Amino acid sequence: MKEIVVISGKGGTGKTSLTASFAYLGGKDVIVADCDVDAADMHLLMQPDFADEDDFYSGELAHINQYDCIQCGKCKEVCRFDAIPIIKGKYIVDPLSCEGCGYCARVCPIDAITNKDLNVGKWYISNIKTGSMMVHAKLGIGADNSGKLVAKVKSEAKDIAEEERKDIAIVDGSPGVGCPVVSSLSGASFVVLVTEPSVSGYHDLKRVYELVKKFNIKAGCIINKYDINKKVTAEIVEFLKKENIVHIANLPYDEDFTRAMTNGQTIVEYSDNHLKDLITDSWNKIKRSVN
Amino acid sequence: MKIAIASGKGGTGKTTLSTNLASFLAEEHEVVLTDLDVEEPNSGLFIEADLVREKDKFKMVPEWSADECILCGNCQKVCNFHAVIQLGEMIMVFPELCHGCYACSELCPTSSLPMIPKKMGVLKHFRNGNLNFVESRLDIGEEQAVPLIKQTHKYIDQQFDDNFIRIFDSPPGTSCPVIEATKDADYIILVTEPTPFGLHDLKLAVETMKELKKEFGVVINRFGIGNDDVLAYCNEEQIKVLAKIPNSRRIAELYSQGRLIYKEIPEVRAELEKMKDLIMGKMKEVVK
Repeated sequence: MKEIVVISGKGGTGKTSLTASFAYLGGKDVIVADCDVDAADMHLLMQPDFADEDDFYSGELAHINQYDCIQCGKCKEVCRFDAIPIIKGKYIVDPLSCEGCGYCARVCPIDAITNKDLNVGKWYISNIKTGSMMVHAKLGIGADNSGKLVAKVKSEAKDIAEEERKDIAIVDGSPGVGCPVVSSLSGASFVVLVTEPSVSGYHDLKRVYELVKKFNIKAGCIINKYDINKKVTAEIVEFLKKENIVHIANLPYDEDFTRAMTNGQTIVEYSDNHLKDLITDSWNKIKRSVN
Repeated sequence: MKIAIASGKGGTGKTTLSTNLASFLAEEHEVVLTDLDVEEPNSGLFIEADLVREKDKFKMVPEWSADECILCGNCQKVCNFHAVIQLGEMIMVFPELCHGCYACSELCPTSSLPMIPKKMGVLKHFRNGNLNFVESRLDIGEEQAVPLIKQTHKYIDQQFDDNFIRIFDSPPGTSCPVIEATKDADYIILVTEPTPFGLHDLKLAVETMKELKKEFGVVINRFGIGNDDVLAYCNEEQIKVLAKIPNSRRIAELYSQGRLIYKEIPEVRAELEKMKDLIMGKMKEVVK
């Protein structure tokens, strides 16, 4: 089983629209994982049925039992996150600042502090319109540990792919270069980088590729809206050559991206023009590169 | 006055709005723009200014010293993040997992895990006339954005008082880095686009801001594309729509070149003008 991870560094480059199109083209043979758990949008195009759902617990939150508290202040003293302010004479844990390190509970002389497991979100296994399955998640507001939820979504998708003997799992990865995207990348067979020829698109591509290099994963790149700035497109193409990244395709600026999404469809369903052909060619090229 | 510019979805135009608004306001006021999207900081690509200061930023992590260690295993036991592990006769520290709580270090009976600084990123401060620009950039391989965002806030608080309009370009999403970037703001501007993805992620961002009990308004970018559902949602929820930035290929092209759009597109300037009135009004409230 091969795992293809689609990432972009920068948001708004068309990553999810393209991942959904590939999932549609792959049909029954492809398991889908939406690892952009922080702003998960794949479900808007895939019509999942939310067949199975489960809570996801990760990390802890300190809780001070006010009845037992003797107000010694030890907890506040050791907390490096300023998470225990004194409110109306009481030591109260600020849930948004608490990192769940548990140090306060360890130093409390009368054991008035307990740590509670944190429910940080939900994850789902769904049947989707391609006839295949999708693993996706919804992260709770302000939740930490989205990297762990990403890891969970990925490992579930992998298990299903193996059980169902599917050849490919396609993963909509997380933005940025931090913990969630590190989780998205681990174990990938091939990375598809989606970028756009803007100064910021190129900047973020270079940064996220530095991370991909650390993982030593083979990569390919799609330049979306290539005709918006042909000078930057040329620079990106040069960069791809230098770094030995497969140049998968240049896609034109096309508002069909938005129209398809507004219709709840993938681009390859909605559009019957040149764009559909280019995306289909891209998918075939990706499959060849993986094998 | 602190204004955070945020969005659920990435790529909706946070950086476009932050840089254009900051430069526009700086025509008449003292402004500091801070890029808190430390994983992928982009604002600097649109701001021309001279470097004032550059500082490496560190987080504190434990370092094992074998001499006095009695291998009691307490450090491993107290670390909730699996960042300290005892392996045979060795203690191993994984700095990228460490949250810097100091528990292993301070609860070690033989003081064998002193905390040492480890570089996690770089802060740069630039200036051009009325406009100050500060960005922090996380080193590749560092996984945690929050400690760097915290230190950047600290720098801003030390350097700039209430006379500055302080604008923060926040990371995308709704998880911990966004909370850290927005929790001290007086006002939040949520940037979205009128598409199903934009609406879905806007709803998450609105929930987050309600949870934080923040006052906020919405800017719709690429207005004219997609459908009217975002506008309908804002009406229904009585959320103030502060500005509509038109959808145009010309704007996308200017953006791609790293140029400020309000200088060349009068409609954008007019929208920023509207926002200025609101901001100056809020400013008076806050200073009171």
